[in-house]
Amino acid sequence: MTDHSWETLSNQAVAAAGVVYFLALLCHLVEWSALVGRRVGASAPAEVAESALVHSGGVQTRRLDDSERVTSADSADESRTQRVALFGRLGYLLTLIAVACHFVGLVGRGMAADPNRVPWGNMYEFTLSGTFVVAAFYAVLHRRFKLAWMAPLVVAFVLVFLMVGVLWLYEPVAPLTEALDSYWLVIHVISAILATGAFTLGGITSAVYLVKAKTGERETGWLSRVPSLDTLDRVAYRIHAFGFPVWTFAVLITGPIWAHQAWSSYWNWDPKEVWAFITWVVYAGYLHARATAGWKGRNAAILALVGLATLWFNFIGINYFSTSSQHSYAGPAVVSTSTTGAAEVRA
Amino acid sequence: MQQTPQKPDKRRSGKGRAATEMKPVEFLRWLWRQLTSMRTALMLLLLLALAAVPGSLIPQQNIDSLKTSNWQQAHKTLTPIYQKLGLFDVYGTPWFAAVYILLMVSLVGCIIPRLFVYWRNFRAQPPAAPRNLTRLPDSTSYVTDESPEEVLGRARTVLGRRYRLRKAGDGDAVSAEKGYLREAGNLVFHLSIIVVLVGFAMGSLLGYKGGVIVLVGKDYGFSNQLTQYDDFDPGSLFQASSLDDFHFSIDSFDVDWLDSGPRAGLAKGFQSHLSYQEGDGPEKTYDLRVNHPLSIGGTEVFLIGHGYAPVITVRDGQGNVAYSGPTVFLPEDASFLSFGVVKATYAKPQQIGLSGLFYPFEVTDAKGDPINLKGDIGDGSAAVLSFQVWAGDLNAAAGGSIYQLDTSKAHQVTAAGGKAFNLHKGQTVKLPNRLGSVTFNGIERWNKLQISKQPGKRIALGGVSIALVGLLGSLFIRPRRVWVRARRTADGTLVEVAALDRSGGGDTAAVVDGLLTQLRGRTPEERA
Repeated sequence: MTDHSWETLSNQAVAAAGVVYFLALLCHLVEWSALVGRRVGASAPAEVAESALVHSGGVQTRRLDDSERVTSADSADESRTQRVALFGRLGYLLTLIAVACHFVGLVGRGMAADPNRVPWGNMYEFTLSGTFVVAAFYAVLHRRFKLAWMAPLVVAFVLVFLMVGVLWLYEPVAPLTEALDSYWLVIHVISAILATGAFTLGGITSAVYLVKAKTGERETGWLSRVPSLDTLDRVAYRIHAFGFPVWTFAVLITGPIWAHQAWSSYWNWDPKEVWAFITWVVYAGYLHARATAGWKGRNAAILALVGLATLWFNFIGINYFSTSSQHSYAGPAVVSTSTTGAAEVRA
Repeated sequence: MQQTPQKPDKRRSGKGRAATEMKPVEFLRWLWRQLTSMRTALMLLLLLALAAVPGSLIPQQNIDSLKTSNWQQAHKTLTPIYQKLGLFDVYGTPWFAAVYILLMVSLVGCIIPRLFVYWRNFRAQPPAAPRNLTRLPDSTSYVTDESPEEVLGRARTVLGRRYRLRKAGDGDAVSAEKGYLREAGNLVFHLSIIVVLVGFAMGSLLGYKGGVIVLVGKDYGFSNQLTQYDDFDPGSLFQASSLDDFHFSIDSFDVDWLDSGPRAGLAKGFQSHLSYQEGDGPEKTYDLRVNHPLSIGGTEVFLIGHGYAPVITVRDGQGNVAYSGPTVFLPEDASFLSFGVVKATYAKPQQIGLSGLFYPFEVTDAKGDPINLKGDIGDGSAAVLSFQVWAGDLNAAAGGSIYQLDTSKAHQVTAAGGKAFNLHKGQTVKLPNRLGSVTFNGIERWNKLQISKQPGKRIALGGVSIALVGLLGSLFIRPRRVWVRARRTADGTLVEVAALDRSGGGDTAAVVDGLLTQLRGRTPEERA
């Protein structure tokens, strides 16, 4: 295959992934809409399994109570439950297909470059990789952490960011600029992307935690689907606990090593570095907050969201608002010294 | 980090007068307790994040001085206020230092006592089983026909593989604990941060960073002396004697230009072929590229940019050479359209100043204006030097940048029609009013090199790496206590199992389930 056909394949695969993510989102929305007016008692099998883990004895009795109460509405709830399960599974399946397309899009992007390279050389490609990692993490952790409840949120997030990338950040395939041409691009950026994906999933969990903490336990609606506050907190912590060391590795180890090689100084207080550091400090705050009285739960979740905001601001905002960042890859580096007189010469 | 328990103050029980005298000491103790509390540490962390923000939004003097001075000229009212607050050098201000120093004091004050606590606990026995195991959040119980001794024996074998067991005085229970290394990881992580800071401080106090533009060619070169640098940014404890003794010249320079694709006309890569000599040692060569610095002793040389230096000769009104040589022009954009200045201050009768643009590959657009097509100069036949001429006093005594022309005491001299002068390589133009002439002799190249020495960088890197290992330990090692109690009752042997996760992140229910399975020798499904 020629470079050009790889590029075409990549564009088509990304478009296909977008469409399939959208279909998956529709399925999950149908799944959620079926939850409206449904009682918790008629739970899907997955939830029973989960609560069984929490306490073996309690579940049995609660289910008994519920089935006694439910009489006439039983069959209606039965079909709702089936609809929820069906569309939930369908949505997850479509998400898997979309992730596969997404992956093809990424590989095509890397193969289209001459010489072949990792597909994260510019903003478009970073968005492509970042959203892929979010989706892939979700798909992988779906069973282990029982993430079915966050399906529409994750899929919507991935879809929106993928579309933003395609519409506003798209750039044709080009060789890497000199400064990016290093194996640290693989190590540094892959760890930054992995951490970004993890923090995004963790942030979604913390956001749902806050919503649930505000509304309290609900009998019906999508919140009835969401696990208990304790479980949410624990899942959020585990995802963040994975993301934090990876972020440390990306920002405080590989970043400085590469900065040292490319820019002569391992820490330059470059805006991107500063914000990566701010993100690191905020997440360090989150980890401490979870162990501090008065900060557990709600405040810790807020901190996690602040961390996520600084993370995404760093990725998108700094490249647009700051012109002095050495991380803006738009053009090759120009020696910046005094250049004020040029305009008058031309005039 | 946790709050240290308050100790009863013995001095209080003394005379009333003594107590008042002790007030300041008590106050200091109180202050210390506050500072080393987790809550304060958390607030300081968030304050540190907040304090770092302005430095990324306001241009910083030592990072981009040109941008900073432009900003200061554009904001006349804000500048003095910002200057007072140190907002143009945020990361060197006392208030920024105050935040991280307080944070470090808080960290040390918190970690040192915990080191002792950890040392004592490390050798301690797991705590005895609580009286009522089933009150713990994750606990369960069952009744069996086996004797309590059999059950407890099995519990000891099962738990003994991965847990530390309580040896003495356990009565009718087995107490087990594991995950002692979590706190070790936590302590290592926090102590390593101090190591990183030490390394970082060494670099910024003792090190330096300098920039120099060196022309390509064996005739030019660089010796590592203070006077040779164009810009030099030393740490506050830097001493000139610590400059390593070496010199180098750039023998040749290659640029790999892109001829096609979306980035056509831009440079794909560039490489300098360097000859260098360390002290009186043998001459060596090195191919210097971006991402591949040359290290000589503790000093490193980085290639960070390049450009063109047109060779220009200026003759004055009396026909004497008033200026001659390659003149560094700085790139304005990615196509290497470059700007530069010539100051022929010895020209007579009047000083001559040129401020010009260099077009590496000039073409004329539809309107007849010159535009620059690309940075690749090819054979140089399309290169154009376009400049304006100023005559009079160039104010050389006032100093000023070599890239800026002071025209306040000079007047402009224009070509016919008020246009700029344009020269191709090899051409000469006579200036009006018998001022003299300007010749564009040829084109040389230059490299912008960054030379720096950062002592302590390995200490910092080592510190971060150890911190990461400690962090992994503190996040993923689960401190866990497990108890099994077996008692004879009327229905048989009552076995209670409970687990406690002290990190708050573990799934103790699964632990209890797993242990139950091993104790009863059956899978959970069979039980249900």
